[in-house]
Amino acid sequence: MIEILSYPFMQRALIAALLTGLIAPAIGTYIVQRRLSLLGDGLGHVALAGVGLALLTGSAPIPIAVAACVAGAVVVEILRQRGKATGDVGLAVLFYGGLAAGVFLSGISGIGAGGLAQYLFGSLTTVTPGDVQLIAVLAIVILVTTLGLAPQLYAVSTDEEFARTQGLSVRLYNIAVVSLAAVTVALAMRTVGLLLVSALMVIPVAAARNLVRGFTATLLCAVGIGVATAVGGAAASFYVNAAPGAFIVLLAIAVFMLSWPVSYLLRRRNAAAVLPELVDDDELVAPHTITENHPHRHAPGCGHPAVQHGDHTDFIHEGHRHAVHADHYDEH
Amino acid sequence: MLIGARTVLEADDLTVERGGLPVLRGVDLSVRAGEAVALMGGNGSGKSTLVRTLLGLLPYQRGAVTLFGAPLRDFRDWSRIGYVPQRSLAQLAGSKVKEVVAAGRLARRRPFRPLSRADRDAVDNAVTLVGLAGHLNSDIARLSGGQQQRVLVARALAGDPDLLILDEPTSGVDLEHQRVLAEVLAGLLAAGTSVLVVLHEVGPLGSLIDRAVVLSAGRVVHDGPLGDLGQHRRFGSHPHHDHGQPAEDDHDQGAETLLGGAP
Repeated sequence: MIEILSYPFMQRALIAALLTGLIAPAIGTYIVQRRLSLLGDGLGHVALAGVGLALLTGSAPIPIAVAACVAGAVVVEILRQRGKATGDVGLAVLFYGGLAAGVFLSGISGIGAGGLAQYLFGSLTTVTPGDVQLIAVLAIVILVTTLGLAPQLYAVSTDEEFARTQGLSVRLYNIAVVSLAAVTVALAMRTVGLLLVSALMVIPVAAARNLVRGFTATLLCAVGIGVATAVGGAAASFYVNAAPGAFIVLLAIAVFMLSWPVSYLLRRRNAAAVLPELVDDDELVAPHTITENHPHRHAPGCGHPAVQHGDHTDFIHEGHRHAVHADHYDEH
Repeated sequence: MLIGARTVLEADDLTVERGGLPVLRGVDLSVRAGEAVALMGGNGSGKSTLVRTLLGLLPYQRGAVTLFGAPLRDFRDWSRIGYVPQRSLAQLAGSKVKEVVAAGRLARRRPFRPLSRADRDAVDNAVTLVGLAGHLNSDIARLSGGQQQRVLVARALAGDPDLLILDEPTSGVDLEHQRVLAEVLAGLLAAGTSVLVVLHEVGPLGSLIDRAVVLSAGRVVHDGPLGDLGQHRRFGSHPHHDHGQPAEDDHDQGAETLLGGAP
């Protein structure tokens, strides 16, 4: 590990991979929640038009790709909000239009469609110091937004109508989500490539959903998986001389596959701990034995195993269960 | 009818068309402070459309909506309104109960600020009020239908609203849950909260209702105490219906539902 850090190009590659692994699942969690899993894929095609334009004008590809991608994302979102893109047809036209424009523009620039390959599949080792700076700045913007606005973006992504009755500007938040996704896609063309970035936005989230409960936990777990697979894949590809983008995505898929049996085991353990729901009738709760003189206060993490029991939590205590009831504990 | 500061919600001559077809035709509706109003009618009578139009979720072609004295367009005080939509969890699955309920605090929160102590307490209180205190960290998708419905009620209550709007909160859930809901609503009404509730049948909530507004084919055909509904049917204050259809259909559909019969 120390050895590869001595190469400046590997340092930049690892930083770029780390940042991609951080931001792609962070924004991806909202995209998956909105059931737009394939949006990133489509935006990758639009980014290609930006790359083609950059090749034609001889300017840096990332800024132009970011601009093209954001413009495409906003157009798609506004069409969706107006109800104009009811079918997938509108999206398809935009996406294939982007792909065709990219190939066309790179063709007339004299570089040819082959020049697009490094953006389609990523080329981590050719990341420049300028690229790293740009990626770092935009990564900070994306992280601050996805974490700082988490409650608002969560509400908008899960229940749009309810979010509107909370006075949230749903339109604005939705445009923000797709724009951030667009920026992420455009940035990732250097690391995992435009064709594979969508995988890094979706697969860690899918794996995290199997492993943890709740939206916030899913977001954080997905980011963890994203960072681990991106950095791990980039470093490992140095040793086995493989394409880093492909290696990263395959690693993420491996984690996803592993998350299935793990989630099965977790669920079985939890299911075993949940007892049937208590019947509310007072007459039926006959074994209402009150513990006398119980100085210990049970709480989560107090050292006694906790068991979910219908609507309350029991604590296992010297071979029987204690349930909090007003100012005392019931034994049952 | 008392109009003015004490009216928390008012629709005046509201007309809504969807896809060129009228869904609501000149509907007048008002809810006064502390009042419990039931919105009733058969399937397709326009109840949900009316509620969603009142909340600004659907556009309207004619008329006016006033919330707490302000035209809907200028209304900004969203923390005064708690909305309980029809139960649909498609995208909420995978969320913890406390995450869902915390969304009900958003009208009172500013962007980039963490959940405050008061927010947390409000979420805890709302979840306790609907009897789900032990489920704060449960995945909402793993609760029963009635419990899920109660989570949505808790979400609306977390913002401490002055007007609660519920869209068919009793449909598809058992009587036990309906009784819990009736208890919760009774407590809110006693505290001065106004309630507008869409009901398919009266059920355990009936005793709380001050006034029933009945829609049929997008028009108000009754606006008065629940008890008058029987009379209304007997003397046949004539509901408007499409004369291309057999007249019996929408008369009976409304009346049977109102009298608490099977839908």
